[in-house]
Amino acid sequence: MAEVILKSVGKLYPGGVRAVHDVDLHVRHGEFVVLVGPSGCGKSTTLRMVAGLEEISEGTISIGGRVVNDIAPSDRDIAMVFQNYALYPHMTVGQNMAFGLERRRRHGSVVRSLLSPSYAAERRSEGARIQARVDEAAGLLGLQPLLHRMPRELSGGQRQRVAVGRAIVRDPAVFLFDEPLSNLDAKLRGEMRTELRVLHRRLGATMMYVTHDQEEAMGLADRIVVMKDGLVQQVGAPTELYDQPVNRFVAGFIGTPTMNFVDGTVERDGGGVALRWAGGRIPLPHCTALATTRAAIGIRPDTLVPTADGAFRGTVQSIEFLGDRADALIESHGVRLNARVPTNIARSLREGESIALGMPAVAHVFDGDGFRAV
Amino acid sequence: MKWLRPWFQSALLAVGSIVFLFPLWWMVVVSLETPKRAGAAMTGQGGIALWPTDPQWGNYSEALAEMGSVPWVGFINALANSIVVTTLVVIGTVLSSSLVGFAFARLRWRGRGVLFTLMLATMMLPGQVTLIPLFLLFRGLGWIDTILPLAVPAFFGNAFFIFMYRQFILQIPESLVEAAKVDGHGWLGIWWTVILPLCRPVTAICAVFTFIGTWNDFMGPLVYLHAEEQSTLAVALNSFRNQYGGLDDVHLLMAASLVTMLPCILLFIAAQRQFVEGLARGAVKG
Repeated sequence: MAEVILKSVGKLYPGGVRAVHDVDLHVRHGEFVVLVGPSGCGKSTTLRMVAGLEEISEGTISIGGRVVNDIAPSDRDIAMVFQNYALYPHMTVGQNMAFGLERRRRHGSVVRSLLSPSYAAERRSEGARIQARVDEAAGLLGLQPLLHRMPRELSGGQRQRVAVGRAIVRDPAVFLFDEPLSNLDAKLRGEMRTELRVLHRRLGATMMYVTHDQEEAMGLADRIVVMKDGLVQQVGAPTELYDQPVNRFVAGFIGTPTMNFVDGTVERDGGGVALRWAGGRIPLPHCTALATTRAAIGIRPDTLVPTADGAFRGTVQSIEFLGDRADALIESHGVRLNARVPTNIARSLREGESIALGMPAVAHVFDGDGFRAV
Repeated sequence: MKWLRPWFQSALLAVGSIVFLFPLWWMVVVSLETPKRAGAAMTGQGGIALWPTDPQWGNYSEALAEMGSVPWVGFINALANSIVVTTLVVIGTVLSSSLVGFAFARLRWRGRGVLFTLMLATMMLPGQVTLIPLFLLFRGLGWIDTILPLAVPAFFGNAFFIFMYRQFILQIPESLVEAAKVDGHGWLGIWWTVILPLCRPVTAICAVFTFIGTWNDFMGPLVYLHAEEQSTLAVALNSFRNQYGGLDDVHLLMAASLVTMLPCILLFIAAQRQFVEGLARGAVKG
């Protein structure tokens, strides 16, 4: 079982900089887990600790039931795909893919091959097995016509595929991806994302994937780990993170366009609770337990709909048409609100015009400390 | 006036090339002259045509045969010695300098910065300063009259090339080293299978410079190798001087010198593309 278990894992750099705090994570066998967060949140450092490319300052990491803190990267039964592909420029595609296995095959065996014919035969058959593995992986990724090319002769997408192929050939317990699609253009990124998803289903392998792109995370992951300032904010399925973010950071980070926040003060009268903001008063019927004096309402842009007597009155600042829908930016009493509306509605909107948006049936309330109340 | 610029540049380069190539051409012309005309040219009693009117091709075989006291043997011995010493020094310098450069560029170890500065400081020492202490050291080790004092130090790196390798290796993405680690290589394996092949331009510079320097080295073999059968080509050329230090057969000296230079020129032409690429890369990124 290729599980990855991180227990209280921390990373402290010389000089006292703490990159990762106390991470607990259980990646189940065959699961596709994506670590996501802004730059400097510690997601790559966490992945690199799993790979063995960074020392673990605190806690333990185990892969397949074995604690790997002091085990070399090559002995952890992992394969890693790097952001810049990291293909060896002086080797052909085929050699790149076979490199890891060749290394194991060659180890101190040339002299022995000369002395012992049976060992030489064994080595030859091992070579044939490696070639078969390379051919199989190349077939899976459509790389067969490129096996004799050099990396410099390939496009970005092809290089990325070779990098993935190199990982597949090793048949590891765990695949690690460090922002593998960030160097590709948007179209190719979308295509590769689908390919990776299909590949994961086909191989059934455990995969850990790092990205700063929440859309990529939502599209790929079985579960997402959202990180900020070295701390895990929330772990959950993409829908869970979208529907029930535990705090304001996760709510703002997950979803495109980002969630709208309306800040205000909490008012209580006769057992009822409401949020007083610059544009008026919004009742919060399910928030009687709200303990802080300040709070915020989080509203997904796709739930804001123009209505005649909406709670948010303002002016249309800009409209971006995206095909079947459009993103409208509305300023209401100093608060900027993003609304994602169908194109037929957007056509009737004009920049500079007044508009009213209705309070949606579903919204999130965050207390003054940024934690989710309801 | 813009159209004048390429013409001006070409003219300037042509003049520069002539200035640099003239001594070599003069050597070719003298090497093909008769002993009388060559001698007269050396003593200022006669001029030399810019083009040999009656080329004496036999000068070349005569020069090589007369190198040393036994015909042809002296040349063959000197050639063999030069090849052995130069090959060992080139291999030693490339391997050790790239390995140390890799350690300075990629490995994190205590005292790295101090040792790197100290190593760079050794470049300030003129060779003459260390000549006598080194001679005493090698004499103490019993290495005089062997090629060991010429070859062994090369396996301990060369400060300038270590610096060049370090600068070049710093440009190689760290992820390649990490990928090789994941693929199961230790530091030595990474250096040998990934770093060294990628350092080809620097290796070309290091190999060509070291080859030329060692092939033409006069002082080292003169100090450490005393027997005639041990001498290298650069030292063997000295056999054309008479006992008073003068030159009796200047045409033969020029012919032998040209033959001696030939491997350097051929090597430079062969490695020119890598060499220029390496220098240009060093200039931009180093």
